[in-house]
Amino acid sequence: MSFLKLEQVCKTYDDGTAAVQGIDLACAAGEFVVLLGPSGCGKTTTLRLVAGLEKATAGRIEVAGKDITDLPAAARDVGFVFQFYALYPHLCVRQNIAFPLDSMGVARPEKDRRVDEVIGRLGLEALTRLYPGQLSGGDQQRVALARAMVRTPQLYLMDEPLGTLDADRRLQMRELIRAQQLTMGVTTLYVTHDQEEAMSLADRVVIMEGGKVRQSGPPAQVYDHPADLFVAHFVGSPGMNFIAGEFVWEEGQTCFIAADGAVKYPLERPLAQGKGVLGVRPEFVRVEAAGTVAGEVVMDEYLGSCRNIHVHTACGRLALRVGDDQRFGLGERVALNFDAEQVRFFAADTGEKL
Amino acid sequence: MAGALELRGIGKHFGALAALCDINLQVGADELLVVLGPTGAGKTTLLRTVAGLETADEGQIVFGGQDITHATPAARDMAFVFQNFSLYPDWSVRRNMEFPLKAPGRDLAPAAIAERLAWAAELLQIEALLERPAAQLSGGEMQRVAIGRAIVRQPQLFLLDEPLTNLDAKLREALRLELVVLRRNLGIPMIYVTHDQAEALSMGDRIAVLSEGRILQVGTPETVYRKPLSPLVARQLGQPAINLLEVRRQNGAWVVAEDVQVMAATEGEGSMLLGVRPEDIAPLGGQSAGKIRVAEDMGATWILLVDWAGTEIHIAVEKGQTWRPGDEIYPLVNPRRAILWETDHDQVLRR
Repeated sequence: MSFLKLEQVCKTYDDGTAAVQGIDLACAAGEFVVLLGPSGCGKTTTLRLVAGLEKATAGRIEVAGKDITDLPAAARDVGFVFQFYALYPHLCVRQNIAFPLDSMGVARPEKDRRVDEVIGRLGLEALTRLYPGQLSGGDQQRVALARAMVRTPQLYLMDEPLGTLDADRRLQMRELIRAQQLTMGVTTLYVTHDQEEAMSLADRVVIMEGGKVRQSGPPAQVYDHPADLFVAHFVGSPGMNFIAGEFVWEEGQTCFIAADGAVKYPLERPLAQGKGVLGVRPEFVRVEAAGTVAGEVVMDEYLGSCRNIHVHTACGRLALRVGDDQRFGLGERVALNFDAEQVRFFAADTGEKL
Repeated sequence: MAGALELRGIGKHFGALAALCDINLQVGADELLVVLGPTGAGKTTLLRTVAGLETADEGQIVFGGQDITHATPAARDMAFVFQNFSLYPDWSVRRNMEFPLKAPGRDLAPAAIAERLAWAAELLQIEALLERPAAQLSGGEMQRVAIGRAIVRQPQLFLLDEPLTNLDAKLREALRLELVVLRRNLGIPMIYVTHDQAEALSMGDRIAVLSEGRILQVGTPETVYRKPLSPLVARQLGQPAINLLEVRRQNGAWVVAEDVQVMAATEGEGSMLLGVRPEDIAPLGGQSAGKIRVAEDMGATWILLVDWAGTEIHIAVEKGQTWRPGDEIYPLVNPRRAILWETDHDQVLRR
């Protein structure tokens, strides 16, 4: 039984831009769903449609079994957290947090109780008398979160709430948001372009591109079994490696062959002959003496806990992930192999997984 | 090392605020130096002082053997790329890129301008965009053009101030590689300012870690990551951040206050601050039990938040096994990768 449901929702702006092109989405009660995609993919528009800040040009939006497609934003009972904190500069932290309750007309003892509770939960005790201008970006964003969480709305909608924070603050906020959401159990729709953020927060990731949903599933599923080349590249850092080749019938089975046979993998099931793409994640590419794909190291990206080595090969440029103490010189010749259980295959024309 | 640029004892104040204190730094002739620090550390002030957009209150800047401390920005022959692309939106890409070449005092022949433009456009693969108005470009295209506008001048030094910050994560990842290759091909020194530790580690030949206007450490990415001089430096690199535990030596082992053993004995005695990175703790094989609070499946790795030894720690594990909240584990710290500091080194633990 889904709590939030979008059916064939479309948004076309007056200038003809089709920002959202027929989205279907179903979120269970208490689920944390992340809309992930590049700029212009329609993820923020989708969120604004659910909030009622934009009006759908077609389709239907349902919350708790009730059609809210034409309901004004104020009547939707959602808590919205924006990328830009949008705190009231003339109100102190405590007044900012209390503001949603004031506008609902919640009376004194109850209001104080709820404000105190959220201040304690988010660890804001030391800041309550300060004004937004006196806070760091991270603290402002925590206050904005507290203001959204002082109510228990039907839905939380979050639009890149961590976008402007420094990296170390982002991780703290990520864990805070996740812990809060688990405690409160409020269904959450969260927008980001950062795949790492999406992976860490989501019960389910919805990857969007060009106004459409490319794939929807738990983080591990979209990472391990991407539905198409776009998802395979977008999820993962760096994204999946692709090698163009062909499916041929050989010795009683379908094989994928590329680079004049240097890459050759049998498939589990027979497939029509023709062009295809092999995908393999950087952590499943290995440097081995017996490797069949020869190449030259063109880039060594040190990341502290590991290295991404970029190798120029006959199959194009491939990235591999190695331990931080494995060093390669620029120009070094290496031979590569792929973990046979971890290669994926895609159709060359549609890009869809096979 | 032949320093193309040398900063000697640079200080800069804004009223009572000391933005930069005693900055000593060299940039090699073919080097990419990253300045890493959080918001407000003084990174942008440092870059603006090098560019001549601010004047140092103390110290000396030597560039190509000349004292340029008081030289005008124009006389310094450096190119600055900002976080905000600052292109003229109505102008075509071509006109935006030609602009610095047509500045007063640069008497370049039209043929020379066209040649420079073609060279830069090819290098950055923006030939197809040249006639398009800047306002119609995507974020990544705009930043390429902004870099193009900087390199057409063929300056002696590049100064980049968080140039990728406003871009999508995926694009940032691709462009940081492109920038390294571009700089390598041009052979011109670069100072690259960022708050992003992944950019610093992956791009820098060396990293200068800046905090509250002071340089805490300068070294190769491997050195500042593996051998940070202080917990403050250690915390600026690595994601999730390094785990810090107050330990003391007892019966040939390092224990925390509750007498929980966290690591076999290494050199050192008394009370110390133990720093260990998430990837240097194995989830099993240790002496003391811990409990997983949050298990994040990051694709290639798991990030575990674990209640252990009276505190919480992060552990990063390669994929393979499945981990769930509530699981009991026995964290094992790799002593060869652990760092021990004197406990009074600085007070980061309480921050």
